[in-house]
Amino acid sequence: MTNDLTRLSAADLAAHLVSGEVSSVEATQAHLDRIGDVDTAVHAFLHVSTEDALATARDIDSRRAAGEDLHPLAGVPIAVKDVVVTKGLPTTAGSKILEGWIPPYDATLVERIRAAGLPILGKTNMDEFAMGSSTEHSAYGNTHNPWDLDRIPGGSGGGSAAAVAAYEAPLAIGTDTGGSIRQPGAVTGTVGVKPTYGGVSRYGLIAMASSLDQAGPVTRTVLDSALLHELIGGHDPRDSTSINEDLPLLVDAARQGAIGDLRGLRVGVVSELSGEGYQEGVSARFAESLDLLRSLGAEIIEVSCPHFKYALGAYYLIMPSEASSNLAKFDGMRFGLRVEPEDGPVTAERVMSATRGQGFGDEVKRRIILGTYALSAGYYDAYYGSAQKVRTLIQRDFDAAFAQADVLVSPTAPTTAFKFGEKLDDPLAMYLNDVATIPANLAGVPGMSLPNGLSDDGLPVGFQILAPAKADDRLYRVGAALEAALENTWGGPLLAKAPELEVAR
Amino acid sequence: MSAHATVDLVDYDEAVRRYDPVIGIEVHVELGTKTKMFCAAEVEFGGEPNTQVTPVSLGLPGALPVVNGKAVEYAIKIGLALNCQIAESCRFARKNYFYPDVPKNFQTSQYDEPIAFDGYLDVELEDGTIFRVDIERAHMEEDAGKNTHVGGATGRIHGAEYSLVDYNRAGIPLVEIVTRPITGAGERAPEVARAYVQTLRDIFRALDVSEARMERGNVRADVNLSLRATPESPLGTRTETKNVNSFRSIERAVRYEVSRQAAVLDEGGTVIQETRHWHEDTSVTTAGRVKSDAEDYRYFPEPDLVPVAPSRDWVEQIRATLPELPVARRNRLQGEWGYADAEMRDVVNAGALDLIEATVAAGASPAAARKWWMGELARYAKTSDTEIAEIAVTPAQIAQLQALVDSGRINDKLARQVLEGVLAGEGDPEAVVVARGLEVVSDDGALLEAIDAALAAQPDIVEKVRSGNMGPIGAIIGAVMKATKGQADAGRVRELVIERIG
Repeated sequence: MTNDLTRLSAADLAAHLVSGEVSSVEATQAHLDRIGDVDTAVHAFLHVSTEDALATARDIDSRRAAGEDLHPLAGVPIAVKDVVVTKGLPTTAGSKILEGWIPPYDATLVERIRAAGLPILGKTNMDEFAMGSSTEHSAYGNTHNPWDLDRIPGGSGGGSAAAVAAYEAPLAIGTDTGGSIRQPGAVTGTVGVKPTYGGVSRYGLIAMASSLDQAGPVTRTVLDSALLHELIGGHDPRDSTSINEDLPLLVDAARQGAIGDLRGLRVGVVSELSGEGYQEGVSARFAESLDLLRSLGAEIIEVSCPHFKYALGAYYLIMPSEASSNLAKFDGMRFGLRVEPEDGPVTAERVMSATRGQGFGDEVKRRIILGTYALSAGYYDAYYGSAQKVRTLIQRDFDAAFAQADVLVSPTAPTTAFKFGEKLDDPLAMYLNDVATIPANLAGVPGMSLPNGLSDDGLPVGFQILAPAKADDRLYRVGAALEAALENTWGGPLLAKAPELEVAR
Repeated sequence: MSAHATVDLVDYDEAVRRYDPVIGIEVHVELGTKTKMFCAAEVEFGGEPNTQVTPVSLGLPGALPVVNGKAVEYAIKIGLALNCQIAESCRFARKNYFYPDVPKNFQTSQYDEPIAFDGYLDVELEDGTIFRVDIERAHMEEDAGKNTHVGGATGRIHGAEYSLVDYNRAGIPLVEIVTRPITGAGERAPEVARAYVQTLRDIFRALDVSEARMERGNVRADVNLSLRATPESPLGTRTETKNVNSFRSIERAVRYEVSRQAAVLDEGGTVIQETRHWHEDTSVTTAGRVKSDAEDYRYFPEPDLVPVAPSRDWVEQIRATLPELPVARRNRLQGEWGYADAEMRDVVNAGALDLIEATVAAGASPAAARKWWMGELARYAKTSDTEIAEIAVTPAQIAQLQALVDSGRINDKLARQVLEGVLAGEGDPEAVVVARGLEVVSDDGALLEAIDAALAAQPDIVEKVRSGNMGPIGAIIGAVMKATKGQADAGRVRELVIERIG
């Protein structure tokens, strides 16, 4: 299969494009064909933009032929999570309320992707408005985990992770509010990075919780994530929360890490993010990865973040509060779905009510109701106010931990991929999936998940690395080192162990 | 007066004898920035509907706000002019409510951290009294779009077939200025309310932060009013009257609410805390939304924006560029010109202050400048139904006209004819004098000819004058002036007549 273009990493594919062995049209078509072959089973995509992708590919091929100086990833196709607005391409955020909406503008990160000449293959499935950990809350059907089609691909970015894991795209964009890049990465055996808050522009991301949302790369290798992260990251004057500084050198960090020398690095194991509730195989792989890091010269220490146990509670107040306000604009007045009441007068209020009643799914309604309640007069201080205080305490926990360790590590998710429907009726069990990923969002620090083996059930497990804000380069250094060591023990990438998907032709 | 005629009112004078009115005023001013509060959509009055919009001001999914630095500067200017403290750091907050003219279904405003707070404004009343109004806060926010209700008789939402929304106005920067409860105005509460808003309007113009045109809705006032038994009693329940958009209406709305609330209280009733709407046509207020279940706006800090932290250096730079404010300027000019209080007040009310200042600067005496602008020109403006500042004569022309009078080349009567010529577009006063041949006749020969003719025509008057009765001499002078088309110097004519008869 090595001459199958879809099996190449983005970095290798880019090298083939630069050398002229492969054209972008060939590479793009190969991925479109792969989507045609397997996406009926996987359902990673909500929309495939064949024409748009091929037009970009042709343009890049002719520009390359003309000797133009192109971006290193020019011509490498990419999939974009459907929560990111794309001019001229349908954008639904997985919700019926946006069915048929064609945005008139591009998100900043999409502008950068287009300017660099990456063909956009399409938009990937997700939990409605990124609310969920299984992609079962998509209004457009489940995405299936390529490792086991009866299982969830994680969420909310299950579509992006599954697309990359199923070789439908070498690169994808995800967004992570409480773990929506990292947890799908863990359960699909792929790499996902949530950058430092403010590191990638949020302009054009359909907001769930503005103070927590971050877009980031979803790939099969650490180096590919670094390449994509450098492309989409950096200051954007249209996002007031964007960091007005240069990004650290991420690709360099990944290349340097891959050499495998971690001497002098202090790795902190967060004691609150292990033990009870973590699947046995997950804990076992985690311990093995620590041994590998130690063998690369890193010093492993234990650190305590005593307030992390309140993170989930704080998150489920802050996130729904912001979401309840961010989602108010979906009212049938200006764009998207418009539902008129079945009987009685057609007033604006009644149209809004009917539209929201019909357009939003249960999980979205649940969070809007939670958030509305938490912000209500008389409850604000007890709920939203207290949650913000917890957030400050968690930030202090991180500060203290990073005084002792250069990076912190934990399993990304407590379990491997579960079966469809297993947790759908138990929101709390679903929310617990994000227990290890949420603290990073609350503190704004960057985090990476990379595959570190298979659990006893034969399903992939993720290893999480966290770094101080604006030190995203540390994720890449440590991640690339561990990735190289792991692949050395496996004799190749973990995804090579995934069952081949049946080709539906 | 159909639906509202049933409301009982207490005579205003009677009402303020028995109750102490307390007012509170919220003024919204639209800032005259080139672009909107949170995006680069241009702001221009009268554009085609929904042409001055961006993804941000339409509230499209994914769009994010960015604070307009000019709007912050203008807000600081207003805060400083109102003697406020300027926050070292302040935040925006979301005010959540569903309404189609609010594209995001929340308004980005400021809540517990306004940019300016704890100020005051000295307001001059008609008799020259200075009344101090305490300012609680001035905060930044964005305007909503504009609804047009189509169909139905009244243009109001009730009975309309459908409504149109124009988002051109959505996102225009506003500053909202909120007073503390204004007490101690007594029966002058309506006048204080009016003078306060009028003074603010003048300040906005002087600061050049807004065109501040009431009729365009650049300045909008909400008037809170409550009554209490005595100035020592606790504050009563207030109503908030919205849509009061002219100075006259502000005064009348306060009077109306005083009379209405007094009637409610007289009957032993309780005033309902509610929003009321002012009706310009019928001069009444009617109940709008009931506010008692205090709409819960679920304010929380706007997570899409970072705090606004104006450096102290910047604030001081802005303070240093503040222009002289209207009350200070008025006081200075009154002193320089030597006008009486009543004269000055009339000048200000007529909108002639700038014109007179320019006329004086062009060389006329303050008295002469006032005589022209408040006399002949004010009458002209009134009869031709134009703003005094809009009439077709410049302060420089008036100064030139007065110079012609002062030099004796024309008299007052001729000067009025010259002015007519100027207003008719015949050029500067000099040119009109020449073109119309309006110069004073100073040639005695020509005058004597006319005098002789007049004397010959009225021998009886000549007799009377000869016998020492000087009264009727005016008839002779008048005849001479008439014969010379007013171009004679009346004093010289008189001398010559006496000489001739004598």
